[in-house]
Amino acid sequence: MTNVQPSDLLFAKTHEWVHLDKDAGGEKIATVGISHFAVEALTDLVYLELPEVGRQVKAGESFGEIESVKAVSDLYCPVSGEVVDINGALAGKLEQFHDDPYGAAWIAKIKVSDEAGLKNLLDYKSYEKQCAEEGH
Amino acid sequence: MLAHTPLHDWHAAHGGRMVDFAGWDMPVQYGSIVAEHTATRTAVGLFDVSHMGRFRIEGSGAAPFLDRIVTRKVQGMQPGQIRYALVTRDDGGILDDVLVYRFTDESGRGFYQLVVNASNRGKIWDWLLAHQPGGDVQLTDLTTQTAMIAVQGPRALEIVRPITEVDVARLKYYYGAESKISGGAGIVSRTGYTGEDGCELVVPAPAALEVWDKLIAAATQFKGGPAGLGARDTLRLEAGMPLYGHELGEDTNPFQAGLAYAVDLKGRTFPGSAALIKLRDDATLPVRAGWILAGKRVPREGYGIYHGDEQVGRVTSGTFSPTLETPIAMGYVSRECVSQDGENSAAQLSIDIRGHREAARAVQLPFYRRTS
Repeated sequence: MTNVQPSDLLFAKTHEWVHLDKDAGGEKIATVGISHFAVEALTDLVYLELPEVGRQVKAGESFGEIESVKAVSDLYCPVSGEVVDINGALAGKLEQFHDDPYGAAWIAKIKVSDEAGLKNLLDYKSYEKQCAEEGH
Repeated sequence: MLAHTPLHDWHAAHGGRMVDFAGWDMPVQYGSIVAEHTATRTAVGLFDVSHMGRFRIEGSGAAPFLDRIVTRKVQGMQPGQIRYALVTRDDGGILDDVLVYRFTDESGRGFYQLVVNASNRGKIWDWLLAHQPGGDVQLTDLTTQTAMIAVQGPRALEIVRPITEVDVARLKYYYGAESKISGGAGIVSRTGYTGEDGCELVVPAPAALEVWDKLIAAATQFKGGPAGLGARDTLRLEAGMPLYGHELGEDTNPFQAGLAYAVDLKGRTFPGSAALIKLRDDATLPVRAGWILAGKRVPREGYGIYHGDEQVGRVTSGTFSPTLETPIAMGYVSRECVSQDGENSAAQLSIDIRGHREAARAVQLPFYRRTS
């Protein structure tokens, strides 16, 4: 996950990003995180709850929480599949959400089980447009 | 259509994230709430609080009239004195918490300012009109004609002194004065809602931007700056101050809320005074208290407070305390869960944070007390 540009990613309308790759066995692996826009909107992050490895998640399902001083927000899994890895170090380094939202601040890796759901994701241009409409 | 304070366009032009607060379009934050909070604790924060209701009450009947409205004595207040008080219904439920200011005009006659919560401005105005006995009492709602700016923090007085004719450093806590502010008319008071020293300024609406700009320029030199409603909320919560609509409401009486000091019943009659005499010793009602949480999850309004499996109360305000760097909560619990000194009784309580029971350690309010 080095030098990932937002244009390489897909985005959920709920502000999670997805980076698709294949593992050694040829399985499709989605690395997910939350967008710079979401991080800027949340501000003052204080707590992150990650999903458990091995959990089966459906696209659109809440699979974690992120808290700011002001409020708690659900993290919605942008793809369907099995959680195969989590970024356990992130909870103690929440500033990485600000510093490197598309790299160091990845949240989880999901082995994708249902590729049909991927077509609901937005490319970066469409996502930027959505953000502009939501406004800051 | 949301109401705008005279500083609204400044907020919008300076990154203010604007939200509907009691019908006003207000900045919740300009950047980081924690940064604004910390700046207020360590230097100075400037808050536009023009949305708060400001009523002027004058005439020879003003003091006796207010004395029959609020929970503390108004007659006998010194010129310049300010009192925190409540307005209660006949059953003792809290209609609002207010500040009563007593001033004296040029001819030596007393007049009063009442500062009320934005969310209760219409309700209290109607309440005042409904209880006006006639005679020599004039009421004026000055809210939209004026602006109110809170300057809070250890550097607050330093940045206010150059623009006020009255020396704020010589005002006692909870005293105010009419004063020229930046050359125009105004009111300055040693009051606030953050747990810091500081003052609040009331100026005519057309003068607000000039005063604000001067304060911003001065605050910047101390690494202070504007602060939004988000920081105002975390600051008052750390300071253990109740907020109407959260810790205070019509279904809550002042004694439950820990505001006995703001109720003077001796020889007084006002709506609720008879009920409050009985409620004073009623130990069956839940009481306000504060907790520090052991975990990192943040308690929020409405979450249940438990003793074992039994729900004994609920959270009315919760946040991550930027100063203590831990989650904190205020709420109401049954009285046996709180010991006399506010420290934890035998009851080990927990708060249900979205299905997770987090241990809550009772602490005496406030969570934060300034050292100087």
